[in-house]
Amino acid sequence: MSGLVEIRDVSKRYVRGRQTVEVLHHISLDIQQGDFLALMGPSGSGKTTLLNLIGGLDAPTSGSITVGGQRIDTLGGNALAKWRAAHVGFIFQFYNLLPMLTAQKNVEVPLLLTKLSAAQRRQNAKIALQLVDLADRGTHKPSELSGGQQQRVAIARAIISDPTLLVCDEPTGDLDRQSAEEVLMLLQLLNREHGKTIIMVTHDPRAASHATHTLHLEKGTLAEASVAA
Amino acid sequence: MKYLHLVWAALMRRKSRTVLTILSVLAAFLLYGLLDAVRVAFNSGGTIAGVDRVVVSSKYSIIQSLPESLVARVAATPGVRKVTWANWFGGYYQQPRNQLINFAIGADYFDVYPDYGVTPAMADALARTRTGVLVGKTLADRFGWKVGDKLPVMGSIFPDKATGETTWIFDIVGIYEAPDAASRALEQQVLLNWKYFDEANAYGSGQVGWLVVQVSDPQRSAAVAAAIDALSANSDHETKTQTEQEFNLSFARQMGDIGLIVTAIIGAVFFTLMLLTGNTMAQAVRERIPELATLKTLGFTDRSVLALVFLESLLLILIGGVLGMALAAALLPVVSAASGGMLLLPPISAASWAIGIALMIAIGAIVGVLPALRAMRLRIVDALAGR
Ligand SMILES: Nc1ncnc2c1ncn2[C@@H]1O[C@H](COP(=O)(O)OP(=O)(O)OP(=O)(O)O)[C@@H](O)[C@H]1O
Ligand SMILES: [Mg+2]
Repeated sequence: MSGLVEIRDVSKRYVRGRQTVEVLHHISLDIQQGDFLALMGPSGSGKTTLLNLIGGLDAPTSGSITVGGQRIDTLGGNALAKWRAAHVGFIFQFYNLLPMLTAQKNVEVPLLLTKLSAAQRRQNAKIALQLVDLADRGTHKPSELSGGQQQRVAIARAIISDPTLLVCDEPTGDLDRQSAEEVLMLLQLLNREHGKTIIMVTHDPRAASHATHTLHLEKGTLAEASVAA
Repeated sequence: MKYLHLVWAALMRRKSRTVLTILSVLAAFLLYGLLDAVRVAFNSGGTIAGVDRVVVSSKYSIIQSLPESLVARVAATPGVRKVTWANWFGGYYQQPRNQLINFAIGADYFDVYPDYGVTPAMADALARTRTGVLVGKTLADRFGWKVGDKLPVMGSIFPDKATGETTWIFDIVGIYEAPDAASRALEQQVLLNWKYFDEANAYGSGQVGWLVVQVSDPQRSAAVAAAIDALSANSDHETKTQTEQEFNLSFARQMGDIGLIVTAIIGAVFFTLMLLTGNTMAQAVRERIPELATLKTLGFTDRSVLALVFLESLLLILIGGVLGMALAAALLPVVSAASGGMLLLPPISAASWAIGIALMIAIGAIVGVLPALRAMRLRIVDALAGR
């Protein structure tokens, strides 16, 4: 059975001066449409590296990555950028919002790369903000929002162009328990109600418990696969 | 243009820095606008056609004098209505910083120059008093001179033949007022009798500095000028007949090549500006590495990130530059008016605007290129990890 994301024999090596470090070793993995995958593992095990490869932010040293039937490991910089814009929503530990723009404008940024009119962009951003329960915070700058609210703005931005995949790197890593729970519930909702495929790196077993699957990465190798509740 | 608000947001990220940078760009282009007008003023002597007064001076140098005998020959030239002449008499009053504009003037000077507002009675008084001088009201007010006062002038070129001294004592016989504001600069002058000057100065007589000719028909002034210059062709005192404006400028040009000076100043200013704004832009991009990486993550191509930073640099310079030149345009008439007609600065021409804007774009591009390239080459994974 082939998945939405097919990772075949992927290795990633970094060259640092004379030293070559292999961070990922021959990883093969399928992620199905509608999965909510939690990726766990000790610090330095290569979680972020793997996530960046799946999200098309970096290219593997060897092996192939196919998403929705398209090889992304062979795409060039521009094609990869366009592919990301169309297919991936990113959520980071530190939100990565643009500090000078309001929440509403932040959410609109990915739509600048589409053909949508200004009015349509505004409309869509409003809907996305509603979905993350921040309809009344559209005019606020990130500095005027709490961490949890900022992360929800980031989620709204990630889903605005209806991507194939949501890629999250420790989305609750910087949040208190309450806010973390809200964010996780939101991701779960997006997964269950909207059928979004989500890949989430986390250190927190509680966060992982919201996922449908959990994988462990140890020193660049997938250690163990388990199916959560 | 839908990206413009991103560029604007980037500029507003550090408002005070942006404002200060824009102010320095503004100052540089204000200077450019003003100095360029000075350059244009000094390089355009105006055309001779249509003017009714022309000045005849030595072809080679305005400080070389001409024989007095030329006056009669020029007067006999067809198309010439009236001829007068003058000589420069350099000197100061009391202290070297009080430099005076002294002219020894020939007969009929005020017929040719009604602009001075010298009355026939005043002209008469001057003619009757060998050591007399007429002074302009502005100058007289400045030093508190009155009619009847003795005016000692320290001559800087010509010693008195009788005394060997360079101090000349004159009698103020009249104070004239220029009738219209445009000629107010004439009130800065001291006018003395050429005859007295010619007899009394130790450097020989029978010499005039330049001739001023009134032509009968301004439409023919170019032809008359040619005829006058033909009188002394191949002699030891060849002449050049030109407009008054051109003649006045040749005085100023003795100070040096104004165009070169202006270019040098502007060049130095723009060089400094580039270092300053270049540093600002480099800093602005360095601070924003995570944001630029985020934009790339969201799908902005390397080239569009390059364009954003480039645009930011251009916008920074264009805003300051256009404001600066607009301010210069507004100030030019004020400067001209304040000079009382001494310095007639033309408004900023379309060509100067075009060059100014081209300079802004060039500076914006030069300043923006390195930061823009840096933004373009940014590797997302490294930037996100803070490497
Ligand atoms: N560009 C790079 N150059 C050199 N080494 C790198 C680079 N990127 C990652 N590494 C190394 O690869 C290893 C895995 O890094 P990665 O960021 O994927 O770990 P991680 O599992 O996400 O860790 P954490 O839980 O701390 O975020 C680390 O040892 C890291 O130093
Ligand atoms: Mg990581």
